[in-house]
Amino acid sequence: MPDKKLKRVDLIFSEECSCKDVLADGLKSSKEEILQKILDSGLRGRGGAGFPTGLKWKFTAQEESDEKYVVCNADEGEPGTFKDREILSRVPLKVFGGMTMCAKVIGAKHGYLYLRGEYQFLRKDLQKALDKFHSYLKEMNHDFQIHILMGSGAYICGEESALFESMEGKRGEPRNKPPYPTVAGFRNKPTVINNVETLVYSFMIIRIGAKKFQELGTADSRGSKVFSVSGDTPIPGIYELELGMPLGDFVEEFGDGDTKAVQVGGAAGFCVPRKKFKDTIIGFEGVPTGGSMMIFNSSRSMYNVLKNYVEFFEEESCGQCTPCRVGCQQLKLGIEAVKKGEKSAAYLDTLQKLAETMKVTAKCGLGQSVANSFSSIVDNFREEMIY
Amino acid sequence: MPEIKELVKQLADKHGRTRESLLPILQGIVSEDRYISDFAMTEVARELDMSAALVYGTATFYSFLDTQPRGEYVIRLCRTITCDMQGKKQILKTLEDLLKIKVGETTKDNKFTLLETNCLGWCHKGPAMLINDEIYTEITPEKVNEIIGEYMKK
Repeated sequence: MPDKKLKRVDLIFSEECSCKDVLADGLKSSKEEILQKILDSGLRGRGGAGFPTGLKWKFTAQEESDEKYVVCNADEGEPGTFKDREILSRVPLKVFGGMTMCAKVIGAKHGYLYLRGEYQFLRKDLQKALDKFHSYLKEMNHDFQIHILMGSGAYICGEESALFESMEGKRGEPRNKPPYPTVAGFRNKPTVINNVETLVYSFMIIRIGAKKFQELGTADSRGSKVFSVSGDTPIPGIYELELGMPLGDFVEEFGDGDTKAVQVGGAAGFCVPRKKFKDTIIGFEGVPTGGSMMIFNSSRSMYNVLKNYVEFFEEESCGQCTPCRVGCQQLKLGIEAVKKGEKSAAYLDTLQKLAETMKVTAKCGLGQSVANSFSSIVDNFREEMIY
Repeated sequence: MPEIKELVKQLADKHGRTRESLLPILQGIVSEDRYISDFAMTEVARELDMSAALVYGTATFYSFLDTQPRGEYVIRLCRTITCDMQGKKQILKTLEDLLKIKVGETTKDNKFTLLETNCLGWCHKGPAMLINDEIYTEITPEKVNEIIGEYMKK
């Protein structure tokens, strides 16, 4: 059983570190030293999928190419997530710092930050911070340049290959994989694409060392993570917590005393009902999350929650592959028909099968993850879907 | 129409004339005109020397790149469950009553367009809405009255 307790951490937002000094120190180290630190730390991607960051950097570093890129994925669109916006507005220099460290390891001269269109209002301040950061790099005689690109309101562009397509001026439709971005990413060149938070943690690991980071979290989920807490909670907001805590602890801290379910990981994540709070671990060994934690109390209809998610997927599906395009539509029509009594309750099982089919046949993470929320909500709140 | 021609040319001078310039150019048109007309799309295609179908395909993919005429102020109300739980429906009703239009419509004077959008990333401070690029959080029907009142005076 889990031995970790909920623990607040203050790593990302702590102001005690001067970005400039850390940057100078980092740039003095060799690329092997930096890479080793990231590998040793056990850091895994904070966008949701959790690929080991060090390996991503290593694979890209090993590729032979005249051009390589580092891309910061700031297309934060998962419902219930707002930590990247907070990070970008409070500690943008650390994000740029992480990109610079990565660029040094892989040998990139250009970095791109893809910011979602919904955050256009951040652009001005972000550019100011970037100008300041570029002046640091100039002082240190380091040849690396970061560019900010804007999205235009498409959730799917948070999927890495769709994001590259969008950066290239095309429709944001995911590519077939392989090849992975480490081999052929932006402009078909080897590319590291990391989430905003991952890059900040990389930078902090350069500062505090791998060992200190490793002391936090569990074997599968090293370190801490920024959580976006919303829904039925008296204290919604951003919290940095150690990974590996039981969901029960989380609910005790953030719930309103009447929590019936928590949606972990947004619309693409899993719904955990009350009876499983104690035994669910938040981390890669249990239920992983990109940070979204939506809390629902017993006054909420889980049918409405599911319908909201399915409508979301239906709208945001890029339409490229049939399982996702048609599947999302049919899931929505299906639950509506069951609710209205036009279809029998057993039809929910057919819909579950459809969701499972989407999981194995959809082209990208969007279509594959619809089943996560669909099945976990229908399984645990079946009666609410019917009556 | 000459204005659009000039705008497209200016944007192409600024962002370049490659495929990669396409999105910034389309975004530039929207921030100026609130939407991309068929004429604007063919202008972009001509300026960038690419097929108009490519421009159309790209423009229509993105929900913030409107290809329908929009008002001067585009209101996008967040429709995610967390904003819904914090009173989004009352906000929507207030907006509809105030502007006398439904979601997807534009006021007769072409001043406001009312739309819903997916998660704006303000779940802890819902309900949230964007008016063009400006964000408004923790809005109440009273606040909406005030905010829209201000825009009406503009």
